[in-house]
Amino acid sequence: MKTSSFRKVLGWIGLYGLWIFMSLVTILPIYWMIVVSARSRVELFDRPTLLIKSFYAPNYIGPLTDPVFQRYLVNSIVIATSNALLVTILALLATYALSRWRLPGSENIFFWTITQRMAPPAAFVLPLFLIFTRIFKIGNWTMFDTHIGLILLYCVFNLPFAVWLMKGIMDGIPIELDEAAFVDGATRWTVLIRVVAPLVAPGLAITFILSWIFAWNEYLFAANLTSVEARTITTGLAEFVSVTGTNWGEMAAVATVAILPALIFLVFVQRYIVTGLTFGAVKE
Amino acid sequence: MRSNRMGWGLLTPTLVILALVGFLPFIYVLYVGFFNWNAFSNQLGMQWAGVNNYRRLVFDGDFLDSLWRTGLFAFVSVGAELALGFLLAQTLVKSFPGRTIFRTIYVLPLVMAPIAVGATWRLLTIPGFGPIPYYLDKWFGIDFRLATYADQAFATVILMDIWHWTPFVTLTLLAGLTALPKEPLEQAQVDGANRWQVFRHLTIPMMMPVLLTVIFIRLMDALRIVDEVFMLTSGGPGTATQFIGIHIYRVVVPKTDFGYGSAMSLLVLYFTIVLCWLLFIALSQVGKQRE
Repeated sequence: MKTSSFRKVLGWIGLYGLWIFMSLVTILPIYWMIVVSARSRVELFDRPTLLIKSFYAPNYIGPLTDPVFQRYLVNSIVIATSNALLVTILALLATYALSRWRLPGSENIFFWTITQRMAPPAAFVLPLFLIFTRIFKIGNWTMFDTHIGLILLYCVFNLPFAVWLMKGIMDGIPIELDEAAFVDGATRWTVLIRVVAPLVAPGLAITFILSWIFAWNEYLFAANLTSVEARTITTGLAEFVSVTGTNWGEMAAVATVAILPALIFLVFVQRYIVTGLTFGAVKE
Repeated sequence: MRSNRMGWGLLTPTLVILALVGFLPFIYVLYVGFFNWNAFSNQLGMQWAGVNNYRRLVFDGDFLDSLWRTGLFAFVSVGAELALGFLLAQTLVKSFPGRTIFRTIYVLPLVMAPIAVGATWRLLTIPGFGPIPYYLDKWFGIDFRLATYADQAFATVILMDIWHWTPFVTLTLLAGLTALPKEPLEQAQVDGANRWQVFRHLTIPMMMPVLLTVIFIRLMDALRIVDEVFMLTSGGPGTATQFIGIHIYRVVVPKTDFGYGSAMSLLVLYFTIVLCWLLFIALSQVGKQRE
């Protein structure tokens, strides 16, 4: 009896020790980034200490008042929001179709879309660059370096996951509800907008937030398919590396700004992040 | 009322967009791969090259090296993530005070932009003020310089990947563990099976579908890694961390050798698909034998 309770206490200490350690390992790199963002150049090259004693604001004020950086930030917000909105609406329509009609071949199409995500994005950078500059063009206008280009392109990785996520939720809405509404004289559209959409609203919110995060985080396509007008914050962050004599404090500040929205959103979607990252294959 | 026309109508916008930005590039890369097409060469336009681009690839030492390097990186980091993730998932199955808080902190890296993850690790490892080189030197006398030592750079990239993605493996496996039926596990314990036997002969086979999903997703992501590595080492020192994605990005794109680049892109795509399927088949065979 005594030994078993002793072992229990030891188990608890081990469990908490493990998780306090894991939390520290997770948080310290992020914390260090914030520390660097709060220090001037002179302070930085002093002995590395973990405490934030003073806050060196120019690291943040510099980029935030720079028109180029401001444009990157606005572009990221516009592109991520438009893409998430588009993906959510399309996923609603598509999964309603998939769950209420038996469409021959449609399952194969969506399995194929998953293989799209397997492709190394680097392998598609070149063809997409050629297509954006040479094929998707009207007169002098090309899709290269435009917001709409990235908004459509990000559907490649966001739509498959959104459809797989929403399909499971949509299948859970009993078809009897549709039929009851038809008896009352409703059309397909009214059923979809007034009956089904409100019921799957939480799913739509999760789809929107996760799509938003994935679009916000994307780098490689944004870096290669934009040059000036549609550059995003992730490309802005990467530009620090190529510049000689990097201002590390400013880079840390920009990186902090770049991860902030996703961290805030995480609070709302924590429970669904697994479903999102496995395209709905694993549910929590 | 249930005509298929409206169903297809609702699907059309999704299919059109995926065709334009997903399928068209795929067809295009297949087509361009058969041509000599160099934007900066004297001869403008495309010349038919047949399979020459592919023949060139097979003898391209740099390309093959980066393939091998990518495979090694993916194998080591995904293996470590699986082992660590499974261990940590086991400790989270039972509820305990504070579990939610630990979990929330633990998943933070998952939503960070990969480019920001690279920036974070860069800041940790800069000689002069990064804490990692400083304390390694102070406590162990290790000279830590990412830009000089190839082994250190490779190891740091693996560590970064483990830091970034073990939470994903843990949470996914946890979801699988939580969904396991309780009866067979309890029955086995009643029958006198020890923990290891239960784990090996019951937990692992029952977890096989989730395990396969995790391996599949992680492997395919590890094989296409670019952003983090680009930010941390830019593929260096030399070519020590030049994985296949970075190889395409750094070697092919600036040279604007479109035909060769397309062939390489396509080969990498199929390399990924074949590798994932082989692993998938192998693992499901193992899973069946155990049952």
